[in-house]
Amino acid sequence: MKDTVEPYTTPDGRTIGGVLMDMRNITLRFGGVEAIKDISLNIREGEIRAIIGPNGAGKSSMLNVISGFYNPQEGEVWFRGEKRPPMKPYQVARLGIARTFQNIALFEGMTVLDNVMTGRLTHMKSNMLAQAIWRGKAEQEEVANREVVEKIIDFLEIQAIRKTPVGRLPYGLKKRVELARALAAEPKLLLLDEPMAGMNVEEKEDMSRFILDVNDEFGTTIALIEHDMGVVMDLSDRVVVMDYGRKIGDGTPDEVRNNEQVIDAYLGVAHD
Amino acid sequence: MSADFLYGIEVIINGLMAGVLYALVALGFVLIFKASGIFNYAQGVMALFAALTLVGIMEGQVPFGHLINAIFGTDVHHFGWEVPALLAIAFTVLIMIGFAWAVQRFVFRHLVGQEPIILFMATIGLAYFLEGVGDLMWGSDIKTLALGLPQGGSLAVEEWTAGLGGDDFYGFFIDKLDMVATLVAAVLVISLVVFAQYTKQGRAMRAVADDHQAALSVGISLNFIWVLVWSLAGIVALVAGVMWGAKSGVQFSLSLIALKALPVLMLGGFTSIPGAIVGGLIIGVGEKLFEYTIGAPYLGGATENWFAYMLALIFLVFRPQGLFGEKIIERV
Repeated sequence: MKDTVEPYTTPDGRTIGGVLMDMRNITLRFGGVEAIKDISLNIREGEIRAIIGPNGAGKSSMLNVISGFYNPQEGEVWFRGEKRPPMKPYQVARLGIARTFQNIALFEGMTVLDNVMTGRLTHMKSNMLAQAIWRGKAEQEEVANREVVEKIIDFLEIQAIRKTPVGRLPYGLKKRVELARALAAEPKLLLLDEPMAGMNVEEKEDMSRFILDVNDEFGTTIALIEHDMGVVMDLSDRVVVMDYGRKIGDGTPDEVRNNEQVIDAYLGVAHD
Repeated sequence: MSADFLYGIEVIINGLMAGVLYALVALGFVLIFKASGIFNYAQGVMALFAALTLVGIMEGQVPFGHLINAIFGTDVHHFGWEVPALLAIAFTVLIMIGFAWAVQRFVFRHLVGQEPIILFMATIGLAYFLEGVGDLMWGSDIKTLALGLPQGGSLAVEEWTAGLGGDDFYGFFIDKLDMVATLVAAVLVISLVVFAQYTKQGRAMRAVADDHQAALSVGISLNFIWVLVWSLAGIVALVAGVMWGAKSGVQFSLSLIALKALPVLMLGGFTSIPGAIVGGLIIGVGEKLFEYTIGAPYLGGATENWFAYMLALIFLVFRPQGLFGEKIIERV
């Protein structure tokens, strides 16, 4: 397996670096069912990496393994050149891996601003008392955190709803707030679980634009799951295709598009 | 102003102060329920246990004295020293934090993802266990809590207000202990709110209360927050135990104050801290006022025992989520 990869520059001028996350021979079982069968894939610094496949292919399971919600029975997870021991999701989050969820997991009772601020929790260092009394370093830290958050809120164009409780927002905006919260952590790796699921065409276009802009502006490495092939091909630098828990294709969108196994999986036609 | 009207006001003031004590107990329930969805039946026993521990430490009692004596044939009861109140309170707080950790580690960590009814049953077990441990550790006799809190009616208030209503009115009778309890409860509630709004852990606590999965994804350890919440509930229980214990002695019936918190929760909503406070006040004032205006003159008195439950019943029929609780909407 090629671990040492040379950095290169994409046609649109972004720099893709070395391997950030390396999943080696991952197998995940639920009882007797193998959700992921011996899959290896890597994610390079600065790229947009997509995992696609039909329903039930094991895409979400893969994302849950990366984010620590599941621990695989076999295989190794390497992050930033170090082997990662089995971890709890909150520990993975503290490593700098942020994520969104397919079914949106937001703090519905809190405002948009408060939701995005929770994304900063891993960056808050000051002790409790100082924060309660609101003095000195703690105040500086709060101000710095607020700056990051406001920048992200501006960036994702959700200023108008800053003080709105999230529970009242429509679906598309909720998805955007969730993205904002994940971004607030300034993650080294951003995982998006079906960021465009259930959206109409216009919302999908908005979301695609935000994903591209985030990657471009902040240089954030992004791994995303989608089963809408069209969207993915336009967005991503490299694509992994899964089917029934196996990896059936891996490469640039063009390579994947012409892969016969992939065409089979998606169209289900026999070819001679 | 007529004397009757002034006595009515006195009833309301006393009701408010009694309500503060109800609110204190209810607050402990709300903290845990909000963060973990567990209805903690043991909250009342925690108040009892905390008060027992505080008295035991202050008097220098040997923990498990009776047990040790029975096994080894010794006769130990007291170390022979007395611990100053503040130090004893600090020790008790530490013990309640230890208890919170143990509850999380040995009970609820093994029940993650279980049905609410199972978690509830676990807290019933916890209540009896803790009651037994309290009995074994500190003995079952009634203890007086000698914290030096003021007792009896406040003469100052009585004299100051005596002139208000002419010759028939002798001034407001207000219990000094109730005044202290109100002050302490106010400080406690304000600190809790400041903690929840402005600290990292407070923010994490609110996040966990809202959505576990989302909380995990932003790097919050659920276990840590649950221990924190049980610790806070333990501290609230200590304050409630001290106030009730100072009023009526530290005895095992103290654990029954949990039952008084139930109507408060139904009124205020199980998930709202302001709800617990307002609910407590409404019930405190309501039962005193009902007794004064209707109960004593027409119903033969002693309505305070059931008024709160009747009010809660009416609320259950017309507004099941309480005054401040989240409305339960089942989406299909």
